[in-house]
Amino acid sequence: MTKSELIERIARKQSHLALKDVELGVKTLLEMMSSALASGDRIEIRGFGSFTLHYRPPRVGRNPKTGAPVALASKHVPHFKPGKELRERANSSASSKSR
Amino acid sequence: MAALTKAEMAEALFNELGLNKREAKELVDMFFEQIRQALEKGEPVKLSGFGNFDLRDKGERPGRNPKTGEEIPISARRVVTFRPGQKLKLRVEGYAGTGQ
Repeated sequence: MTKSELIERIARKQSHLALKDVELGVKTLLEMMSSALASGDRIEIRGFGSFTLHYRPPRVGRNPKTGAPVALASKHVPHFKPGKELRERANSSASSKSR
Repeated sequence: MAALTKAEMAEALFNELGLNKREAKELVDMFFEQIRQALEKGEPVKLSGFGNFDLRDKGERPGRNPKTGEEIPISARRVVTFRPGQKLKLRVEGYAGTGQ
């Protein structure tokens, strides 16, 4: 499912909202989530999961072409931990081999 | 570290989009519910600019009850993984933070 399919599916269920309102809503939500993480905040959605930042210490990498060592600064990377309901529901599809 | 919740997300839709409070709450609920439904059906979810929710099938593996030390197999299962998109990774990389 892509972002535009997500927008269409929500619009179909929320028929009182115009497609463009749903589109703007979804984009606003994703922007809020990205900006929360970019400023170091967590996201906690019960039944869905939580997004946090994981710290990566500085390290010496290599230029893949020349093999020369490159100093890489520390950074944070986004991490998602699925919540209980999402874990259970995603796993329920495993036996049906619907993929 | 503050946390963004559904209540704040609905509040933003109310303030910024002019949806009424009920519509805003329903849209937030529906947003997460549709992602769950897709994953439940075995469909990966690709939200460009944010990231992808993928499904991975894991085989059975040996595990242990951490309390008793007793060996018990961990059953085969399908799990959700999140791969942040390039745009989100770059924005988060810039966060200087306090480490850990």
